Amino acid sequence: MARAREFHQARWNEPVIFELSRRGERGMLVPEAEPGIRERVGDGVSRLPDKMIRRDMPALPEVSQMRVLRHYLRLSQGTLGADLNVDVGQGTCTMKYSPKVNETFVRSPKTSELHPMQDDSTVQGALEVMYSLDLFLREISGMDRFSFQPGGGSCAILAMASIIRAYHLVHGEADTRDEIITTIFSHPSDAAAAKVKGYKVITIREDKDGLPDFEAFARAVSPRTAGLLITNPEDTGIFNSKIAQFTALIRNVGGISGYDQANANGILGVTRAREAGFDMCFFNLHKTFSSPHGCGGPACGALGVTSELADYLPAPVVEKTNAGTYRLSCDLPHSIGKVRCFHGVFPAVLRAYAWIVSLGAAGLEEAARIAVLNNNYTLKRVTDLAGADAPYAAGRRRIEQVRYSWEQLYRDTGVTSEDVTRRLADYGCHLWQSHHPFIVPQPFTIEPTESYSKDELDEYIACLERVVAEAYSNPEIVKTAPHRSVVHKTDDSWFDDPAKWAVTWRAYLKKHGSEREG
Amino acid sequence: MSDTVHPYIPNSVPEVKQEMLRAIGASSTEELYSDIPEQLRLRRQMNLPQPIAAECDLVRHVMSILAKNRTCDENISFLGGGCARHYVPAICDEVNGRSEFLTAYAGEPYEDHGRFQALFEYQSLMAELLEVDVVNVPTYDWGQAASTSLRMAARITRRSVALVSDTVSPERLGVMMNYCTPALRIIPLAHSRATGMMDLADLKRKLSAETAAVYFENPSYLGSIETEGDTIAELAHQCGALLVVGADPSSCGVMAPPSRYGCDLVCGDIQALGMHMHYGGGLGGFIGCRDEERFVMEYPFRLFGIAETSVPGEWGFGDVAYSRTSFAQREQGKEFVGTAAALWGITAGVYLSLMGPKGMRELGATIMQKSQYAAARLSEIPGVRAPALDAPHFKEFVVNFDGARCTVRKINDHLLAQGIFGGHDLSGDFPELGQSALYCVTELHTQEQLDRLVDAVSCAIEGGECRG
Repeated sequence: MARAREFHQARWNEPVIFELSRRGERGMLVPEAEPGIRERVGDGVSRLPDKMIRRDMPALPEVSQMRVLRHYLRLSQGTLGADLNVDVGQGTCTMKYSPKVNETFVRSPKTSELHPMQDDSTVQGALEVMYSLDLFLREISGMDRFSFQPGGGSCAILAMASIIRAYHLVHGEADTRDEIITTIFSHPSDAAAAKVKGYKVITIREDKDGLPDFEAFARAVSPRTAGLLITNPEDTGIFNSKIAQFTALIRNVGGISGYDQANANGILGVTRAREAGFDMCFFNLHKTFSSPHGCGGPACGALGVTSELADYLPAPVVEKTNAGTYRLSCDLPHSIGKVRCFHGVFPAVLRAYAWIVSLGAAGLEEAARIAVLNNNYTLKRVTDLAGADAPYAAGRRRIEQVRYSWEQLYRDTGVTSEDVTRRLADYGCHLWQSHHPFIVPQPFTIEPTESYSKDELDEYIACLERVVAEAYSNPEIVKTAPHRSVVHKTDDSWFDDPAKWAVTWRAYLKKHGSEREG
Repeated sequence: MSDTVHPYIPNSVPEVKQEMLRAIGASSTEELYSDIPEQLRLRRQMNLPQPIAAECDLVRHVMSILAKNRTCDENISFLGGGCARHYVPAICDEVNGRSEFLTAYAGEPYEDHGRFQALFEYQSLMAELLEVDVVNVPTYDWGQAASTSLRMAARITRRSVALVSDTVSPERLGVMMNYCTPALRIIPLAHSRATGMMDLADLKRKLSAETAAVYFENPSYLGSIETEGDTIAELAHQCGALLVVGADPSSCGVMAPPSRYGCDLVCGDIQALGMHMHYGGGLGGFIGCRDEERFVMEYPFRLFGIAETSVPGEWGFGDVAYSRTSFAQREQGKEFVGTAAALWGITAGVYLSLMGPKGMRELGATIMQKSQYAAARLSEIPGVRAPALDAPHFKEFVVNFDGARCTVRKINDHLLAQGIFGGHDLSGDFPELGQSALYCVTELHTQEQLDRLVDAVSCAIEGGECRG
């Protein structure tokens, strides 16, 4: 039987880098201009007018090279990456394995030393990868063309909202269509990015099954509807079987349906945006398609649209010529312009390409099916725990993730979801509390993906089990956690008081420097 | 995929799969999809290429495609304009390649303490370079940072017009135009044809009670340095607008940071600070400002703050003013926040820690010397003007070929044949500059390479085949 392991994370109590500064130390030397250059132009800086010269030096720390290395390696040890833990506790984010071999592709100078404005003839390899991934994602989604420019999922949502706006502008309805509909269990950015594009946001709440209330949705749809931005399955992991009726209603009133498929990990090869009636979708290449999360980017929200909307995509897109070469094309008459500079995050595109090539069609579907099996297995095990519950749709299967609740645990013991997340750190696990607002009380969200073995899932559940047992027997140890993590419970009063908060070391010294000396 | 268990999918092992199915009372994985209506099911295998499952075959396949690229280290590149080849210290790659940082995401400030501290330090190091008190966890790039700066200014001033210098990067302007529509109206500001600096008369004409912000880049996209920043700040402030300046952090060791001449919100890109270009994937955006609540509360992005913990002497970290974000309040939050470029923030922190004050000063000086040398040598070629704008420049500068009656396109073709990536052709975006190219010189260029460029350009012009 799997057990919670005796764990202690690295605790170096590492100072802030500024505290390591010693006048005169150097971490890196910079090449000097050659004598011939100095002879010709002098010191270079004197060319600036006096008031534009920085005579003093920036107050950066002075630290020798190995000490800088050690500092950051210690900080890395105080970070629990997916490579080190059974990272199933960050539901909705698809913390799957990012194959190491793909890092060698990204780190090759053949990738890293490309400038985005190089002549097309010199980047044929990069363009081929982008073009091929476009073709793959067309097949996976049923859409007709992809752009890799969005720098993350939220950026792709912004691009979808921008396309909705541009489409209605072209069709003379930009002024009359001022509403975008989303749902409460869709990502916060589905609402927020729509607002950025000037839309009034209508958020549909869940029905008793946890799905978006279809009656409320039908009432919200009107000639003012510009579009729909929705996830499916939503954060609950329950598949919305009426999804085609949602998109049909939007279509009937002349709106555009955008599918937030940031996480599509449970349905690859099983069901697609096209058949569900969507006009657009996007995939987070850093979720479903294995590019690592990098502490929060760089990333890519690969945006796909139907042929009807292809001219609205951000420019440029990659085309294949009759001669079999590849080129960047800006021939997009209704393009929304740009949502990120240049061509997006090419390393993410390359990793996704390699991941798909490695697995093929059957492998992709197997990944999805195992992710769903792992999820339903975890669902069974978690709901068997005292104090835990999976609200809504009792007895139904879930797709890739489940939003759970510690409400019963809280009622029984006073231990909150936040307390549990802190205590789990003591067992080398991570658990995320879920997106706000907390519709599900004391929420947590687990998404096992296909990457972890049954034994590893059992171990994670054993850790949950252990913390639950502690909550019932010794709640204080949970409430005061962590005890074996990198640091202890933080004083949160520092974060919301303008007189106290410090976003930088210099702000800290200004506000708290005297206390420090005292 | 036959009976082979793919290395990425452990529970494909038939016995394990069966055991798990049994545990949940299902006979097959198909049963788990019972909520998906039949008409939505894809009842065929996707049409994708045959897999290349063995890792060694995959390496061969992918590397054979990448081999078709011709890179900036195999050639001599003078491309800049928002992304440039600088030296990347080995430790930058070491740290951002660490599994812990590479594969972490959104853990709590406990098990992910190191992520929080590294990003807090990044913010702090940038703040010293820029002389501001607040810097965000990186957003996508400079284009996004400029866009959000303008929207922040609009919310702070409750106004809706941004005056934007017409020498900003077309790439960034494209991002700004989309992102700011419909909340803001962007009105271009003219520049002096001779110097590239802002036309102050045009600024005075256009400033009004509706102006939320004045935005220019320093150095500009065209490389020229704006020396009247203080005057522009004064004019903007007089009418209640904020000054937003885009800055290249690699210049801040030698150039006065914008906060010194009255800038309220400084933005820019961190690619130069330890990131490889990655075909443009190495970008990351920052916004810096004073520590005033009315500014801080308008940031959409994450701001990591320092704090005490229950153990004396221990540093803790967490989100400052989280309630302002879309994570907390959906559309009631400020714009939106999501996955952007955090790993590059950590990397830029490593870079600045290594460089220190002297490194940043020497970097700036070396770039200015080499860049000025390249311009001076190019201007020796009959018919070539460099820099074409009569203003000091940092790493980029405009080279004009009108006097030689050559097109940039033909010159660049000629250079390419000799392993040189010539400067970016400006004739499309800035037709008023004639046949001009944007050249970028950094600390990585050697005198020998710069001399080779001059010889190659001379040769191209003298040969006569580059005539437009």
